[in-house]
Amino acid sequence: MNQVDPVTMWTIIVGLAVGSYTLRFVFIGFVGDRPMPPWLLRHLRYTAVAILPALIAPLVVWPSATAGQPDAPRMAAAAVALTVGLVTKNVLAAIFTGAATLYGLLYLLG
Amino acid sequence: MAFTTSKSYFWKGFRDGTPFIFVAIPFGTLFGVFATEAGLNIVQTMAFTATVFAGAAQFAALQLLQENTPTAIILVSALAVNLRMAMYSASLTPYLGAAPMWQRAIAAYLTVDQSYACSIVQFEKEPDLTIPQRMAYFFGSVAPITPLWILATYMGAVLGTRIPESWALDFALPITFLAMIGPMMRTLPHVVAAMVAIVVSLLTVAIPYNLGLLIAGCAGMMAGAQAELMMERRKANA
Repeated sequence: MNQVDPVTMWTIIVGLAVGSYTLRFVFIGFVGDRPMPPWLLRHLRYTAVAILPALIAPLVVWPSATAGQPDAPRMAAAAVALTVGLVTKNVLAAIFTGAATLYGLLYLLG
Repeated sequence: MAFTTSKSYFWKGFRDGTPFIFVAIPFGTLFGVFATEAGLNIVQTMAFTATVFAGAAQFAALQLLQENTPTAIILVSALAVNLRMAMYSASLTPYLGAAPMWQRAIAAYLTVDQSYACSIVQFEKEPDLTIPQRMAYFFGSVAPITPLWILATYMGAVLGTRIPESWALDFALPITFLAMIGPMMRTLPHVVAAMVAIVVSLLTVAIPYNLGLLIAGCAGMMAGAQAELMMERRKANA
């Protein structure tokens, strides 16, 4: 198991805790009943749906476990997890079918 | 309907929020396992899960940590994942903004996907609710998942120390994220935002410090907002 430098780790934990709380508090606490500009709400709506795929896409195409070589079981598992999520709208079903694909193919091809 | 007191609204919220325990328990357990695999000790894992209290951002931070990303980039990226909480906060403000400050301060901590989803539906359906009734419903809707999320993380962290390295857990985290992305594709602008973010993230992968992630995230966000505007204009012209 790799070790994380404790100072780095606690900086991340405290920073995220304070930052996340601030994001949640800023409107309900400070803004109160005043209306919000529509352009701001419009951008906020698409942040999660942009940042999560951007985080994942390079990992799927160049997985770290295979030293950056595209890898059939990982690609297939990614495709299954994404497709099942799109079709069923069920996160857990997508995780389990994706994991089953990964381990099934690693077993068959390994 | 005899839901007149705040107490009965708490229990109504509790019932509406209960199905989410089937999400919170497995997710909490997964986070505990991944955090342990990433090298966090049990105190760090528990502090993380209890104070940040937002699954997707926690998973994102872990993934970037394993890629040796600079701390500042980890913080900005994980907080970007949590920007939707600011949107929830903004959207709940017209309904809860008049409550006492101490209640709003607690409500802010408990603003998560599940409590927001339950509450906004309920508040729009019954616009005549009083502020105490709304607050009671909101707190009720997160009451089932909060303790179970923390407990499940603890179980996962204990379990994580016993999982052998040969289990290919490197890819369990990407699978978890991909599984979350599917159900987010509710409208065409959501799909546009995700597609643009994916393309830009692949093009910018050579930029150091994982800065490409932030560039791709911004590009996707702006693309989604523009797509929404274009669709609205088209609807107005039709």
